[in-house]
Amino acid sequence: MIPVMNSEKPIIIVKDLVKKFDSFVANDHLTFEVKQGEIFGFLGANGAGKTTAIRILCGLSSPTSGQISVAGFDAYHQADKIKKNIGYMSQKFSLYEDLTVVENIRLYGGIYGISRKEINVRTQELVEKLGIAAVQNKLIKDLPLGWRQKLAFSVAVFHHPKIVFLDEPTGGVDPITRRQFWDMIYEAAHEGITVFVTTHYMDEAEYCDRVSIMVDGKIVALDTPANLKTTFGVQSINEVFLKLARN
Amino acid sequence: MNAISVKVDKLSKNYGKVKALQDISFSVNKGELFGFIGPDGAGKTTLFRILTTLLIPDQGFASVEQLDVVKDFKKIRRKVGYMPGKFSLYQDLTVEENLKFFASIFQTTIAENYHLIKDIYQQIEPFKNRLAGKLSGGMKQKLALSCALIHKPDVLFLDEPTTGVDAVSRKEFWEMLRKLKESGITILVSTPYMDEASLCDRVALMQKGSIMSIDTPSNIIEQFDLKIFAIKSEDMYHLIRDLREYPDARSVFLFGQYIHYTDKSVEFVETKIQKYLLEKGHKNIEIVPIKANIEDCFMELMSKNENIN
Repeated sequence: MIPVMNSEKPIIIVKDLVKKFDSFVANDHLTFEVKQGEIFGFLGANGAGKTTAIRILCGLSSPTSGQISVAGFDAYHQADKIKKNIGYMSQKFSLYEDLTVVENIRLYGGIYGISRKEINVRTQELVEKLGIAAVQNKLIKDLPLGWRQKLAFSVAVFHHPKIVFLDEPTGGVDPITRRQFWDMIYEAAHEGITVFVTTHYMDEAEYCDRVSIMVDGKIVALDTPANLKTTFGVQSINEVFLKLARN
Repeated sequence: MNAISVKVDKLSKNYGKVKALQDISFSVNKGELFGFIGPDGAGKTTLFRILTTLLIPDQGFASVEQLDVVKDFKKIRRKVGYMPGKFSLYQDLTVEENLKFFASIFQTTIAENYHLIKDIYQQIEPFKNRLAGKLSGGMKQKLALSCALIHKPDVLFLDEPTTGVDAVSRKEFWEMLRKLKESGITILVSTPYMDEASLCDRVALMQKGSIMSIDTPSNIIEQFDLKIFAIKSEDMYHLIRDLREYPDARSVFLFGQYIHYTDKSVEFVETKIQKYLLEKGHKNIEIVPIKANIEDCFMELMSKNENIN
């Protein structure tokens, strides 16, 4: 699935990324590029090194060696600039449960330095778009999980980042909401936001423009879902994953 | 007739205003591998906590091995094994110490029931002197299962053992469950992954505190009485939008590389959609009638329930 605004310009460039913890090599010479507006699926078994790599790409951890550029900034010296230009959402932590919907939006908007006036304008747009006017002053903990996840995604892209990192965004979500969530991902990609996503749902891997599969700290496959299936002679990404990761 | 291991009759539990379980009834046969399939908030954990006597129901009746979950809670605790969704072993004890601890509080030894856990425990035995807190996710899961089995329970409760676990480890975990089932243990397992339903003898599809359907996976699929089509074209982004705008569309859901589609009418569906999509400029259109899977059934039941409420 190729979004309209997808250009060939890479927005994430990773060359020979190595990350060691003492003698343990968590990321072993990773090399890949992600194009602007692309939906990039970052797959791998538990413990394959995905989280380590994502933390580096988000400017939260320094690589041991290699060249890493995210949204045009260098991961060694410009981590702060990277953080300003990306959004992040995970299943585990997304919004403050004891703040209301609007308070959460204001908090995130403020952290990213958006003016109060602009925050108000965007909040109104968001409330209308999600159809959540009735619950905007409710605490997050009183909202159903599906709503929370959709709101968390909207908050993660509230400051119009160039890239949004989604770490297992749909875990535990019902199947209808899970699909509505992917509608939002498509829309964001269509507007030019690059989406970098991890998931354990292999059907979701099929929705990505390209996917990479990590095994033991290395990227062992990287291509469009269609090409991966042809290469491995199977019908689904699930089968590709089982072939590569089962050792 | 099969002997009953777990019986639940009109069970309800509220947390303040939240109805966690609403009037639930079912029974599980001895030796059965029974799955509770549903997203977060379906009531799976509340149900398991009631059945393992850790929570008292507001209304209704439940028994495990003919013992009442409220009156006979002490006896039930000797007969059940419970693996909670959250890792709950002692992180500052080693692998072996944890296992010994669970064996000793049930007045047994690792040696006595080693045959039950052998296949699972052997995979982590090389790390038996490592602290449980320092294990990887997959190894923690194996240790937790070993600890839940070491007193040879009649009934095993596994609350979302595969949540957040990768596709390979999930497959391996279900292979372990299949083997355990052969030893005669009754297994109740909950999961948010719809594809795991097919690995159970029978399943209950749960949503918002209610059971929407209980049956064998194949019977649930048989009951799906709509014609369902898998549709694909070169431009999936516009395909899903165009199908949603199609006047006869009943349901349109992304499904991996295809869209699963049901129509309001029954006649000439393929021809009519083909024509519509061609007019919309789609290329390489594929429309294939398919058999529904559990996730299709789940979404259909969800939509029906939403309409009623």
